[in-house]
Amino acid sequence: MNGEQHPLAVPVYKTLLEVLREDLHLTGTKHGCELGECGACTVLVDGEPVLSCLALPIELEGREILTIEGLMEGGRPHPLQSAFAEMGAVQCGYCTPGIVLSAKALLDRNPMPTRQEIAEALSGNLCRCTGYIQILDAVERAGARMRERRS
Amino acid sequence: MAFEIIGKPLPKIDALPKCTGETRYADDLQLPRMLYAKILRSPHAHARIRRIDVSRARALPGVYAVITGRDLPTRFGILPVSQDEEALCAEKVRFVGDPVAAVAATDEWIAEEALRLIDVEYELLPALLTLEEALRESSVRIHDYGDGPNIHKMISLEFGDVEEGFAQADYVREDIFFYAGSTHLPLEQHAAVAQYGPDGKLTLWSSTQTPHYVHRALAKVLGLPPSHIRVIATPVGGGFGGKSDPFSHEIVVAKLAMLTGRPVKITLTREEVFYVHRGRHPVLMWIKTGVRRDGTIMAMHVRSFLDGGAYGSYGVVTAYYTGALQTVTYKIPRYKFEGVRVFTNKPPCGPKRGHGTPQPRFALEVHLDKIAEDLELDPIEMRRRQIVEAPSLTVNWLRISSCGLRACIDRVVEASGFREKFRRLPFGHGVGFACSTYLSGAGLPIYWNDMPHSGVQIKIDRGGGVTVFCGSTDIGQGSDSILAYIVAEVLGILPEDIRVVTADTDLTPVDLGSYSSRVTVMTGNAAVEAAEKLRRLLFRAAAERLDVPEEQLMARARRIFDQADPERGLDFAEAAQLAEARFGTLGAVGSYKPPKSPGRYKGAGVGPSPSYSYSACVIQVRVDPETGFVQVEKVWIAHDVGRVINPRLVEGQIHGSVYMGLGEALMEEQTFRSRLGLHKAPSMLDYKSPTPLEMPEVECFLIETDDPNGPFGAKEAGQGPLLPVPPAVANAVYDAIGVRVDELPITPEKILKGLEDKARGGSGRVGPKSIPSLAWPEPIRVEPPPEWRDVPTRSS
Repeated sequence: MNGEQHPLAVPVYKTLLEVLREDLHLTGTKHGCELGECGACTVLVDGEPVLSCLALPIELEGREILTIEGLMEGGRPHPLQSAFAEMGAVQCGYCTPGIVLSAKALLDRNPMPTRQEIAEALSGNLCRCTGYIQILDAVERAGARMRERRS
Repeated sequence: MAFEIIGKPLPKIDALPKCTGETRYADDLQLPRMLYAKILRSPHAHARIRRIDVSRARALPGVYAVITGRDLPTRFGILPVSQDEEALCAEKVRFVGDPVAAVAATDEWIAEEALRLIDVEYELLPALLTLEEALRESSVRIHDYGDGPNIHKMISLEFGDVEEGFAQADYVREDIFFYAGSTHLPLEQHAAVAQYGPDGKLTLWSSTQTPHYVHRALAKVLGLPPSHIRVIATPVGGGFGGKSDPFSHEIVVAKLAMLTGRPVKITLTREEVFYVHRGRHPVLMWIKTGVRRDGTIMAMHVRSFLDGGAYGSYGVVTAYYTGALQTVTYKIPRYKFEGVRVFTNKPPCGPKRGHGTPQPRFALEVHLDKIAEDLELDPIEMRRRQIVEAPSLTVNWLRISSCGLRACIDRVVEASGFREKFRRLPFGHGVGFACSTYLSGAGLPIYWNDMPHSGVQIKIDRGGGVTVFCGSTDIGQGSDSILAYIVAEVLGILPEDIRVVTADTDLTPVDLGSYSSRVTVMTGNAAVEAAEKLRRLLFRAAAERLDVPEEQLMARARRIFDQADPERGLDFAEAAQLAEARFGTLGAVGSYKPPKSPGRYKGAGVGPSPSYSYSACVIQVRVDPETGFVQVEKVWIAHDVGRVINPRLVEGQIHGSVYMGLGEALMEEQTFRSRLGLHKAPSMLDYKSPTPLEMPEVECFLIETDDPNGPFGAKEAGQGPLLPVPPAVANAVYDAIGVRVDELPITPEKILKGLEDKARGGSGRVGPKSIPSLAWPEPIRVEPPPEWRDVPTRSS
């Protein structure tokens, strides 16, 4: 979990979302429906977006889980986090952790996505505030920064 | 004067913590020994409660308290005239989802199990699920108050003689429209945590847009002194009007915390949010306008029928809003409005972004398009020639202080190439146009009082740090950041030097809440006043030290200096220390109350505002005649925001408004099963809303008019830009395929129905054909302002 090992004994019926929020107190992962419809609870499992409200910890033994709390490095925001803040991609912020993580999975796999590819990658994450435009702007900016950083 | 902070695309002060997961929303709060609450809700749309037996639930291990309506008998509601809600229903339930009993237990599973052990015996009553049924079945009464059987409110107002206007008109047209009800669908479900201490003090953390009104409702229902209640609005994960009422669950957790002596949390499920909602009223509308041959409006008569659902909520205000703002866009010399809000056995409707004005705006702008076509007039020019003047008074006594609509129209028409496209694109492609108006905050508070609508308090510490205290509630629109930008601008410091403490009834001066697009104008004015008071103290102290006249000083970039000799100056922190030594502890307050509106008639309280924003919009669509599917290709929208305090935030509000307007135009609808009153789609999958794939490109134009009543000239941006979107879509669909869908949402089914009708030689119109016949009361006849008494006639 975010690079740390957490030995935990939890009831088998608890979802990953519940374990994250209630047992590990990682409340950065949000819930909007708990039915796999809104994307707010997205976390990365081995780098791939997973809806934590539909995942059971028992299925994830030995897997690497990244939540929004694990995205900063050495106290410095990830380029996606800074770009979201700068570009107005955050209004109420409730969908933000899930969207940032979906965007990270995309950029890790495709460093230079088209706008359409970004929209497709984020189509499982609902946002009611922004109309998605500044979110797409932010992902583009973060992608450019990450490419610069690598080159 | 050039600004340092105002007008810059700065990040919001709370954006980064929201990106890192640090921000704590209501459901993120965990307190030691906390219990979890659940509410049992009615499975019936209309029923009498014969008996409730909670003994089995109480006996379940892990259950600490079970309460029913008997524990909370006092009624409440957001409006003083509609105190018709119970935190838990005692005798009667009025919609599927009405709260009946509540449980506090050690975890949510036990609480849910306990709900299953509560036995309720209901006596079913006939359920009235449509407006027509509610008006017809007068023997069944949902409430025992109102203006008639199942009639919550009836309004009839006439400004000038409309019949005389129609008689003098060259052309009179009538149309009927329907705008479906929709819901806010915030990503965050409502949640609240209550704590009650041995000192008899209650604290409630809640995801609310209106902590001040929740404070009042808690005091009333719980019978506690208001001084013993503290309400803290946690960062709101999406509001859009849906968290503006005091809610049953907020009162219930407070009561449970008082009974158990332990903190209690409640988080509604997504399904509950669909039932609790208070969303957009479904409104049936009839509109009649008389015009001269050149399109000049001579008289207008509007009727609206609101399906209010089971309770009052903001409904009286909503009903007035369906008739109040038509006059604020175009010059209307004679105007009549009749409105009725009806109770039905469905979840109560209330305010959703645009509050009661998107529905009549849709009707008005499509109706004007039809008139322009009938008279072979250019729909843009016809509107453009009769835009209101500023300053002026409308025929219904609303004061317009600034209007940038002409500039808005010109920008979108030019950028979109509207004139080259309108009625000229190939079949299946079309462009539509619409304008709109919205208010920057209501002129009157919700409960009558003479106090300020917004208060701000500022303190400066010896290190130069500034803390701003204000009751306003950041629901994502950026109101905390606006306070920081404005205070930074006045004091000549940077937003990052400022800490903003908001939405805490113990710590912050009252602000009425995040509704009616009031926050930037009202808190902004209060913040300017408080910051200017402090700047005077700082300047006085600095003037003495620098030996420079006060008037010659300037505050910029954390310094206070001589404008004539900028090298001669002090650091902000140094000036603060000098001022504290000279005047004592540094603090100041500012407050704001809107200017008094000149209207003096019953109903004049709804509509006045310190200022009105204006928008114009062009939308281009592609309609597939095979599937009926409408694809929005591009949106051009211009918004007169008075002054742009932060362009990124204003554009964000415009994008969000366009998005929500497109959702309502094309897909969003609250639908219920007939007879049962069950929601057909209480989930985020079944309730369709646009995803990033449906969202078109949006080109924004920000128009500045420097409004005399706004802080730095600013007006609202959060709601107005939604309004022109649905009518622009409807007008574009007509341009594309010649089908008028006068009923939102414009679904593929309706498009196909219109095309089929056209193919059979019909008009291709889809929409309501009649309105209920209703005995309207004699109108209150209001003498228009003097400038409207000599109104244009056919010969003039």
